[in-house]
Amino acid sequence: MTVFVIRRLLQAAIVVLLMSMIVFFGVNVVGDPVDMLVSPEADQAEIARVIRDFGLDRPMHEQYWYFLKGAASGDLGNSFIFGQPALKLILHHMPATLELAFTALLMAILIGIPLGLYAGLYPDRGSSKAIMAGSIFGFSLPTFWVGLMLIMIFAVWLGWLPATGRGETATFLGIEASLFTRDGLSHLILPALNLALLKISLVIRLTRAGAREAISQDYIKFARAKGLGTGRIVGVHLMKNIMIPVVTVLGLEFGSLIAFSVVTETIFAWPGMGKLLIEAILQLDRPIVVAYLMIIVLLFVVINLVVDILYSLLDPRVRLGEQGA
Amino acid sequence: MTATLSVTGLHTHFFTRAGVVKAVDGVDFQIAPGEVMGLVGESGSGKSITGFSIMGLIDDPGRIVSGSIRLKGEELVGASDEAMRAIRGNRIAMIFQDPMMTLNPVLRIDTQMVEAIRAHERVPKRDALARARDALGMVGIPAPEERLRAYPHQLSGGMRQRVAIAIAFLNEPDLIIADEPTTALDVTIQSQIIHEAQSLCKRTGTALVWITHDLAVVAGIADRIAVMYAGRIVEAGGIDAVIDTPLHPYTVGLLGSVPTSNRRGERLTQIPGMPPNVLNLPEGCAFRERCPRAAAACHAQPPIAEPRAGQVVRCFHPHGQEASR
Amino acid sequence: MTDGTLPIPKAQSPFRRFASEFFESWIARVALFTLLAIIVLALAAPWITPQDPYDLAQVDVLDGRLSPGSEAFAGYTMWLGSDGAGRDLYSAILYGLRISLAVGVASGVIALIIGSLIGLFAAYAGGRIETIIMRLVDLQLSFPAALTALILVAILGKGIDKIIIALVLVQWAYYARTVRGSALVERRKEYIEAATCLGLSHGRIVMRHIMPNCLAPLIVVGTVQTAHAIALEATLSFLGVGLPQTEPSLGVLIANGYEYMLSGRYWISVFPGLALLLTIVSINLVGDRLRDVLNPRLSK
Repeated sequence: MTVFVIRRLLQAAIVVLLMSMIVFFGVNVVGDPVDMLVSPEADQAEIARVIRDFGLDRPMHEQYWYFLKGAASGDLGNSFIFGQPALKLILHHMPATLELAFTALLMAILIGIPLGLYAGLYPDRGSSKAIMAGSIFGFSLPTFWVGLMLIMIFAVWLGWLPATGRGETATFLGIEASLFTRDGLSHLILPALNLALLKISLVIRLTRAGAREAISQDYIKFARAKGLGTGRIVGVHLMKNIMIPVVTVLGLEFGSLIAFSVVTETIFAWPGMGKLLIEAILQLDRPIVVAYLMIIVLLFVVINLVVDILYSLLDPRVRLGEQGA
Repeated sequence: MTATLSVTGLHTHFFTRAGVVKAVDGVDFQIAPGEVMGLVGESGSGKSITGFSIMGLIDDPGRIVSGSIRLKGEELVGASDEAMRAIRGNRIAMIFQDPMMTLNPVLRIDTQMVEAIRAHERVPKRDALARARDALGMVGIPAPEERLRAYPHQLSGGMRQRVAIAIAFLNEPDLIIADEPTTALDVTIQSQIIHEAQSLCKRTGTALVWITHDLAVVAGIADRIAVMYAGRIVEAGGIDAVIDTPLHPYTVGLLGSVPTSNRRGERLTQIPGMPPNVLNLPEGCAFRERCPRAAAACHAQPPIAEPRAGQVVRCFHPHGQEASR
Repeated sequence: MTDGTLPIPKAQSPFRRFASEFFESWIARVALFTLLAIIVLALAAPWITPQDPYDLAQVDVLDGRLSPGSEAFAGYTMWLGSDGAGRDLYSAILYGLRISLAVGVASGVIALIIGSLIGLFAAYAGGRIETIIMRLVDLQLSFPAALTALILVAILGKGIDKIIIALVLVQWAYYARTVRGSALVERRKEYIEAATCLGLSHGRIVMRHIMPNCLAPLIVVGTVQTAHAIALEATLSFLGVGLPQTEPSLGVLIANGYEYMLSGRYWISVFPGLALLLTIVSINLVGDRLRDVLNPRLSK
């Protein structure tokens, strides 16, 4: 297990390095690095100073080395608009995004698994077919449009829930989140549901496919032959087998939840790092964009690592296979 | 003394879109306590469906259409789901064909054994574990304590089948249905398993239905034998009688195709043709299209006859009866 | 299960067999019809709309934010209402569809060509080159397409050409993976070996023997990816980083209507949204059916 983790950590480090290279050269080759470092209003002297200070007259590989050194010490430049370190700004907005993404993930699990299980256990019922048709729509509908519809229906027409903002937050167990207040929760529901919709559809499909496959397996029939009740068969024998692919895929999809929160946060004016990114792009605040990218890459690598470990914990065949190797 | 199991006029049909499959179409037999009955037939003859009918594990679109299954006098056909669940694994247990598939791959052996006990009895977990360990020891598994903590994939096929047999015997059932339990195993393991199962039955007084397509296996274990063809029992009787003096042409054909040591050098015979299409069974004797003895009379359903004491046959022209004709 | 009812093979061209199988499903029929109708409407927009939304002379700000069914100053009825600038929504939607479809199809076709060539090259080259290319593909596919596209347009800037480049860069990997996958399967088959033995040139083997066998999966992936590209472009435009106001695709129209939504003027966003929805769903349904028909192994 230790060897396994160390090997995966090494792989992760290589990916981060590779991505930092892509980000760095993408910005330097495709975009103009001076744009990145100097605010658009700067004069010639300022530009010349920056070029000298940041070593932009040096060869590319040396520049990359400086970039890496800065990144390693947490320095990814200052935001033009806010004048603060970009990394600090991103980290400041991260909790709101994580809260949104986790809530959406939770919704995907709590809504998707029961529906998928039902559709898998009773595939011929009309309600199951309706669930599956719904999941096809969930895949096809663009997130931003669903967000608009949610606002229109629940905020404008029905007036049940607020349309924008994060609402009150409270601190619980050292975590500040809107989950813990009534007002915050009411602000959270719509954006989280919007973000979750695609994943709910995905979980429904995965769970249904898993249930359909598992149900025809001998071990389920054997479990019935042992006289186990339906609850135990579905809850333990079936679920444990279905959960392996669902957890794996959902874990990997968590990254895409964070990515899609860019859209959701913009629609619902949710003060997360996605909204920050869009504003940075619109205002050409490039240090923020670079910082966001590096954070996202790091996040993805960590998520992949965690999912791999989680997967090996869930599936005894993988876990012990690694030990034997 | 009442029979452990008595099956009369069992009809199990499958109502598929393509038509009604009469998988079991009038099966009668009885088993006394401690008796081993071999249920022999080709694949598709309905022998496994007979087993699943007794277990109450026939799923849609299948249904027991008519007939009676009595366990120690208690009617099982039409019993409630909960009543059947309480019987399964407790009073009737089942062993499946492929040991690689019958144990749930993501649950440890102890979990799968303990749940089989606790589905039927309120036992403290520790006592259930002790019983599980004893059961593993009983089927000849070395170091049972260790095996309990193993996952199925860590055991060999023969080991896994022993575990399945141990699970079947856990609650000291009245009857065990073994559905081709040795087909997937090596020949040497086969004979060990057969021996194990046989001696356990004798010791505990458990009746055993041994479903197989392999006459050689049945000859080594069964007291009585029933030969199935196209959903019906075509011949039944004591093991020696049926093997030495078979009556039905199908039994004769089956015996002729078994390579045994006392016929060295002799050509193996073949039963011509294919098993009948279960969707479209011919009127009358289902075997007549492959039968060397078929005649016009075979277009009617042959009645059950008992030309010799204790040996019944469903045929107009049984073997060994020419002299008396 | 079709045992026993196997149809007697008739002397039918593969295309006719494929077509008749495709049309067996009523959902596929409806979806294809809808899609064709959308394409025809978009192409015919200049001739069938009462207003050219680009022509400032025809747009009257006094007509702004009219509800569906109102009469425009110029005398025609605005069945779907008008937007904030006084554009007839029906006309704007059809013109918007043109742009959305053009971006989706153009990026799809370019990505298909580039991706297929890279995938073919990887499969044919094998060895380290293949490993490097496929690692790159895996790496790119492990990041959400929406995020990659967003970053690309952030670097490249606004404009119809920029967004097509961004979409191509996002999508090529899907095609490369698809083509390489089926090319690998074909490469191992004996007829390729036979062709090599006959001394056919590499180019000829790839183009005449391997490529045709990659066609079925390519068509399926191409359909789904085009729907994806249209949705992605709409998303980017909605976020304000895609197409500029001068090239109002459906996403831009929806974004324009967003500010009026909270005041109850739903139609400015909803109708372009419905048009977008209908387009994407019908392409996806056609793609689903194509997958079922072209590759029975993938269905269920």
